[in-house]
Parts: sequence; structure tokens; C-alpha cells
Amino acid sequence: MSPEKVAVVEKILSANDQVAQLNRARLETKNIFSINIMASPGAGKTSVIMRTIQNLQNTIKIGVIEGDTAPVTIDADKITQAGVPAIQINTGGDCHLDAVMLASGLEQFPLSDIDLLIVENVGNLICPVAFQLGTHLNVLIASIPEGDDKPYKYPAMYRGVDILIINKIDLLPYIDFNMDYFLQGVRMLNPELVSFPLSCKTGEGVKSWTEWLLQRVRQNSHPKE
Amino acid sequence: MHELSVTESILEIASRHAKQAEAIKVTDIHIVLGRLSSIVDDSVQFYWDIISENTLCSGAKLHFKRIPAMLLCLNCQYEYQLEGELMPCPKCGSPQVKVTTGEEFWLDSIEIER
Repeated sequence: MSPEKVAVVEKILSANDQVAQLNRARLETKNIFSINIMASPGAGKTSVIMRTIQNLQNTIKIGVIEGDTAPVTIDADKITQAGVPAIQINTGGDCHLDAVMLASGLEQFPLSDIDLLIVENVGNLICPVAFQLGTHLNVLIASIPEGDDKPYKYPAMYRGVDILIINKIDLLPYIDFNMDYFLQGVRMLNPELVSFPLSCKTGEGVKSWTEWLLQRVRQNSHPKE
Repeated sequence: MHELSVTESILEIASRHAKQAEAIKVTDIHIVLGRLSSIVDDSVQFYWDIISENTLCSGAKLHFKRIPAMLLCLNCQYEYQLEGELMPCPKCGSPQVKVTTGEEFWLDSIEIER
């Protein structure tokens, strides 16, 4: 008996993509705008989230879902202390959040009370971008101390995002970071990418990011009373 | 490090199509893998041998067709391969380029016995 060939032609992550579509539909029913924040460990994901909360929490209602590889609640605790509902998804050692994990996070979350959902992905520049979550925007945070070569070394991550935040610009005088070289790599991979250079430490540039984000949230829905 | 979940997806897709075709065994699985899809095929193979045990796909051989990442220069239309570090167009030096291939990641076909 000779083997017989069967054509399949199916995207290997199609099951994840289908769940991501369900997540999106669920968020849209509730008029929630959502962003998925990705970065390497230490780039400042939680700091950007804290700054975003600080600037916007009197205007819109924000919620945060934290992805972590271990049951360490440092990040979620900081956010809860700022008065914003936060839950943590523990990936059990996995290197990324996937759409199914977010779906279970959404189950536990008080969705009726928020306008903006911020999802903090696991710190990693490789895996998270392969797994769509169903959020409206994929945001990458790069930071100056990581070096200017990251787009050249992690092209897939820079290809797969809609927004680039360049954090820790207050360190530019102390670090050999060639911004032109960095931005050339970014433009080669993703010419449409909108970027926001800022410093969570000094607050420089933070307002441009949060005002832009606020505008997107408002385009999406009427903020809840 | 996400090769385990990727390998589980491969098993799910291959098994579903094999059942539809009323196969008794899957002998070969053909996967198309772009260079930019950041999957380590050796790791997939390692997990595959463990998770495919006692399934229709047990013992099936995984074949990876690797697609290079190609860049098209938007200035002079020269097409070149992204090997190692990302580079501006080697012909005219323009950084205005477009990625044309390399992000593929799908299961192309399976070979079965009925």
C-alpha cells in the first residue's frame, strides 16, 4: 500500500487566531478598546502602564490584565494600588500569552466597567508576536539600554506590531544608541509603524502617547459614565 | 520556546485531516516555514516524538520546507535575501524595502495510509 497525499494548507496557529477573533468580538460588544503590550523583560511595560493610568484614569476607565510566567503579583499589585482593576494570568512557565489564556482572563474581568483594556504580555521579544490575542493594537516597547540593533536581531517582532514606544530616552546621553540606525531598521521592516519616544522616569513624551491613545479609545466608543 | 504549543497545533491539524480522509496512519507531514516565523524546527521534532505517541500520527516524519526571507527594494526593484543581519538594498543602498516572503507558517499536506 503506497501512501496517499492529502492537501491541507492550514495556518498552524489558526486555532489561536479563531479564539482571538472571539476575544475581539467580546470586547467590541462591551465597547472596549484594547491593546497588547509586548517588550523584552525590563523595557518598562509596567512603567508605561502606570504612566498611562496616571494620565488617563480621570478621563476613562481602565483595566489591566497581567501576563506572567510565575505567580508573582508584583505588577498586578502596583496597578491595583493605583485604583485600577487588574488581574493576573499565570502562563505556568509559558513564554507568551495566547488567545485562550486571554479568553479565560476576560471571563474573570469586570468588563462592563471599563473603556480601555491593557494587556501586559510576558517579557519576551520572540514568541508573543506569533500569538494574536484579539486586541485592537499590538504595542511594542523598546528601550534605549537594550541597544539600537534590536530591529535587526528580532525582525519578526518589529514586523508584527502597530505601535512602537521607545522608552528611557532620558538615558540617551549615557548610552551609545544610534537613533538613526535604530529607526532605519524599524522603517525597513514596518514603514507604517507609529512611534512614541518617551521617558517614564522624567515624563517626557508620555503625554503624546496618552493623548493619542485617548483619541483612539474615543473613536472606538463613548466612554462609560 | 513556544514550540510545544506549535507542535500541539500541528498534531491537531494533521489528525483532523487524517480522520476526514479515513486514514489508518499518517506517515509524513509537510510544513512550510518562513525564516521570519521564529520557529526552531529541531525543537518541534523533539516535542513531536513525545506528543504524537499513541495517535494516528505516531511515527510520522516531519518535513520542513524553509522559505527564505526576501526583501524588495522599492527604489530600484532589486530583490535580495535577508541572511544574517537586516541590510539596506545592496544595489542602491536604499532602506525603503518591503518584506515579500519569510513569514509563512502552515501545514501544507500529509501523507496517509488507508
